[in-house]
Amino acid sequence: MLTKRGSGLSRREFVQLAGGTLAALGMSGALTPKLARALTKAAAGRPKVVWLHFASDTGCTESLIKSDHPSAGELVLDILSVDYHESIMAAAGKQADEVLAKAVAGKDYICVVEGGIPTVPGHGMIGGREMLEIAKEVCGSAVAVVAIGSCAVDGGVPAAKPNPSRILGVDQALNMKGKVINLPCCPVNPEWLIGTVVYITTMGKVPELDGKGRPKMFYGRKIHDNCPRRTHFDGGRFVEQFGSKEEAEGYCLYKLGCKGPEAWSECPKSRWNSKESWCIEIGSPCLGCSENNWTDHFAPFYSKLADVALPYGDLTADKIGIGLAVATGAAIAGHAVLKAVKGKGDEAKKE
Amino acid sequence: MAKRVVIDPIPRIEGHLRIEVEVENGKVKDAWSSGTLFRGFEIILQGRDPRDAWFITQRICGVCPVSHGHTSTLGLENAFNVTPPDNARIVRNLIEGGQFVHSHILWFYHLNALDYVDVVSALSAKPKEKSLQLVQDKIRKFVGSGQLGPFANGYWGHPEYKLPPDLNLLAVAHYLEALEVQKEASTIVAQLGGKMPMHMSTPPGGTTFIPTVEVMDNVIWRLKKIQQWVDTVFLPDVLAIAPYYIKYAGIGKGVGNYLSWGVFEDASFDPKKRLLPRGAIFGGKLAVADVDGKEVTEYVDHSWFTAECGNKSPMEGKTEPKFTKMGDTKYTWLKAPRIKEQPMEVGALSRVLVAYVSGNAKVKSMVDGTLAALGQAGHPEVLLSVLGRIAARVLETKLVIDGMLDWCDELLANLKAGKTQVYVENKVPDKGQGIGLWEAPRGALAHYNVIEGHRLKNYQCVVPTTWNASPRDHKGVRGPLEEALVGTPVSNPDKPLEVLRVVHSFDPCIACAVHIIHPVTNEVKAFRVV
Repeated sequence: MLTKRGSGLSRREFVQLAGGTLAALGMSGALTPKLARALTKAAAGRPKVVWLHFASDTGCTESLIKSDHPSAGELVLDILSVDYHESIMAAAGKQADEVLAKAVAGKDYICVVEGGIPTVPGHGMIGGREMLEIAKEVCGSAVAVVAIGSCAVDGGVPAAKPNPSRILGVDQALNMKGKVINLPCCPVNPEWLIGTVVYITTMGKVPELDGKGRPKMFYGRKIHDNCPRRTHFDGGRFVEQFGSKEEAEGYCLYKLGCKGPEAWSECPKSRWNSKESWCIEIGSPCLGCSENNWTDHFAPFYSKLADVALPYGDLTADKIGIGLAVATGAAIAGHAVLKAVKGKGDEAKKE
Repeated sequence: MAKRVVIDPIPRIEGHLRIEVEVENGKVKDAWSSGTLFRGFEIILQGRDPRDAWFITQRICGVCPVSHGHTSTLGLENAFNVTPPDNARIVRNLIEGGQFVHSHILWFYHLNALDYVDVVSALSAKPKEKSLQLVQDKIRKFVGSGQLGPFANGYWGHPEYKLPPDLNLLAVAHYLEALEVQKEASTIVAQLGGKMPMHMSTPPGGTTFIPTVEVMDNVIWRLKKIQQWVDTVFLPDVLAIAPYYIKYAGIGKGVGNYLSWGVFEDASFDPKKRLLPRGAIFGGKLAVADVDGKEVTEYVDHSWFTAECGNKSPMEGKTEPKFTKMGDTKYTWLKAPRIKEQPMEVGALSRVLVAYVSGNAKVKSMVDGTLAALGQAGHPEVLLSVLGRIAARVLETKLVIDGMLDWCDELLANLKAGKTQVYVENKVPDKGQGIGLWEAPRGALAHYNVIEGHRLKNYQCVVPTTWNASPRDHKGVRGPLEEALVGTPVSNPDKPLEVLRVVHSFDPCIACAVHIIHPVTNEVKAFRVV
């Protein structure tokens, strides 16, 4: 369906669509006029994408090439013009620099950023230039900036305490809060990235975002609220050990550390890898990787969330540990102790 | 006169690599390999719950996260003194296998092939087959649009591209097909691990994935599809392309030392009986030596770390990062690991050589068959080259996909016999230490952990590209990639295609490679540009 929408529009229809919707519906005033120009230009060809890698592990590129609708081949050959992407491009060294310089001069591309931005000098360089400098230039000239994966959103795992290279998310490093579309998770789900880019190019506006810059269509619901194991949570039926009969029966993974109650994403619906599976289906607790600072905030990963309201029923405090009621002092103290013991609190981001 | 050529960025690899070569009389006279991103995962791991390490270390590399996860889990199981059930061993092999097959196909067609396949030349092919005509139409339309996307500014038309147009077209068609096949291989990882990259199912003690006949049936169907493609497209492609580049059997030899920790666990848990066994080869001799994770020493004479960090074993080392500037003395964030003071090449070639020299019958017949097909029968030494690295990765893909189907049978036999256990309960000890020795698609991978007070006191990794893209050591001896570059012909220093071929033959992964050991947390903030 996406393919048809992207390539089936005539030039005239495209410009009309872009022009007609832009005026009323832009998410950010600063973004809209540039986007309008870009879309008018894009109607003549495939929308241009410049893809930057900074402090990443390339997992989001790996994730994208698992896409089905459209496939990676269709994306690159038929739908988008991926003008710069170090993992797939033919050009090397100075020929690669030329490609980037040409793209930046056009100022008519969507910039996709994979990886956070190291702010300690010398800790991240490409072609002899600091990543921060490259990011400023390339993101600054883009019509829209999409930060994909936890690292580009807030630094991700390598920005966990003590954040040795002082890695920041794109919006923070470039002082572009509210102007970056954030697509967290480790890695990003390809459906959400493609869905966002296609939304921009076909609807001529940025999708509605939440307070953290995440499109509500992909990050608007809690995993817990849509989890197939949810009825077992409500019924007080929990998995106590991996590989057990209870796990096979589909019982809830809360007691083994599932962060679904605090994680906002469409994982239960989008699923992963041709929709074949997802974390909770194979018996793993969710890591909460859709949330900022998840590596510190949700560690230890196999410990249960302390402040989750559990349903009444046949549960006893003994059976469910410290999490029976949110408001009890015991629960709050328990959580604080846990944080202190592991020595990896929420302060990491404040450094 | 000598000319310095810098290639930065190196495209079609994982991560940020800079290569500098000195070219004289049309050949590389000297070479320097630099990792230019530093993240410091080992610092981040300090003080954490050890059971979190296998999740966090997967994020070292999104291309081979499975291997980091497994190596971490092996090291933790070593420290926890726990052995996983047989079903977990098999499930892990299958997950690792899915990643290997995915990774090698992606590397051959999408990272490496553009060094050998001229996409533009495919336009002048005269295909008779309808399917190839359609691919050619697609390329013609793409090029005609004027938007060349990732194919812009390649070295198209370079005289070192040797394939005839028809073969170029065929390779482009398979480039597109391979995008689908690598996806199918990854899907197997997701079926058993939740998602790929970053699978979720293999903690210390076993797996959280509980195999069912329904899922395994689906996995087998996928495997057979991939196996058929490997047999009928991948292997024939390599045999068709190789004769045009046979001179690369004599280019890029490197250091001649090969290390494999071994990968794909046998029911005996003996690393010498793994599908690809453990061992080392020194000085290009056809003999396999025993190796141990404790024999590794790392040097920092040419890396951005303080001098006190050098000459240390990973278990005892010390590291203080200290960036200065890009120069001939200090030029990388990679350390220089050595065994018996020797630089070691790692990767599929090392694994296949160790298996071949160890007398593995299947590997021997595959290697000898390939040599014969290329007119090199009886000359296994031609494998010590760029072409050898390519061939080894392709043969390994075949070996692993066949192995995966065998493991599926083993698993189903276990289930049929009522052996359903996938996990054993385990506890984080108050004190302990462990080593995990395994292989990523790119080569030997080791994780070392030290536990104190139920927390990680220390954690560190010695990864494939740290070996391969290592800088010079304390004696000034080059790393394997640097050494392999020396002597490489370069016909046009402005378009150093031949250099890219040597670099890509190692399939570098720089996110993995850049690490520090035994971090001193307090001093991290103190360093600055000098």
